[in-house]
Amino acid sequence: MSTATESRVRIQKEDFSVTDEIEHMKKVSANIGGIVVFLGTGRESSKGETITKLHFEHYPQMAEKKLEELRQKAIKDFGIIDMSIVHRVGEIDIGENIVLIVACGEHRQEAFKACEWAISELKRTTPIWKRETTSKGDVWVSPTP
Amino acid sequence: MIKVKYFASLKTMAGKEEDRFDLGRETTVLKLSEAIGKTSPAIGEMVREKKVMVSVNQDVVLPDAVIHDGDEVALLPPFSGGAI
Repeated sequence: MSTATESRVRIQKEDFSVTDEIEHMKKVSANIGGIVVFLGTGRESSKGETITKLHFEHYPQMAEKKLEELRQKAIKDFGIIDMSIVHRVGEIDIGENIVLIVACGEHRQEAFKACEWAISELKRTTPIWKRETTSKGDVWVSPTP
Repeated sequence: MIKVKYFASLKTMAGKEEDRFDLGRETTVLKLSEAIGKTSPAIGEMVREKKVMVSVNQDVVLPDAVIHDGDEVALLPPFSGGAI
């Protein structure tokens, strides 16, 4: 399991510690009064099919660049203090962590809004793809709203 | 040479991760799609029908974008990262 580092956006194969990531972000500023966390995890079923495994692929460098752009925009547009984003790639089992977004604000309102916006925007703009393994074979997933 | 990278479903369709094309000093996405179509007709058609996004040197571009010798082009199927 990798530990939180100075980098605010990361794409990695290893699992992450939600607690470590939050604790790391709490140290960014003494003015943080609200932290909203989104944790995406591997789900067992999709469209009636049982999923046995997930695989995530990304476009190295471009994906990290998009995540950093997203982070900067979240800070600017929602007035939050900071945000960290970690996304895993490679093979991921059901129930395992996939993606974590930690939005830190002075107050809860901007942190909630920024966090919800960030996960939607990540799915729309970041070159990461998901493949599901089911009893019928492997399927690359189409975007979900 | 122009390097073309395939991702996700396109990588499966192409049967490879990347290709290289010599299309002179300057070309367009449309001309590149025709070159790709010679070996992978379905992929060339998907590019022309805008079913996949195209990036040049990691910036998403429009179909009429100019591509230069030495550029890295990526064909990007609809993204599906995150969870839920």
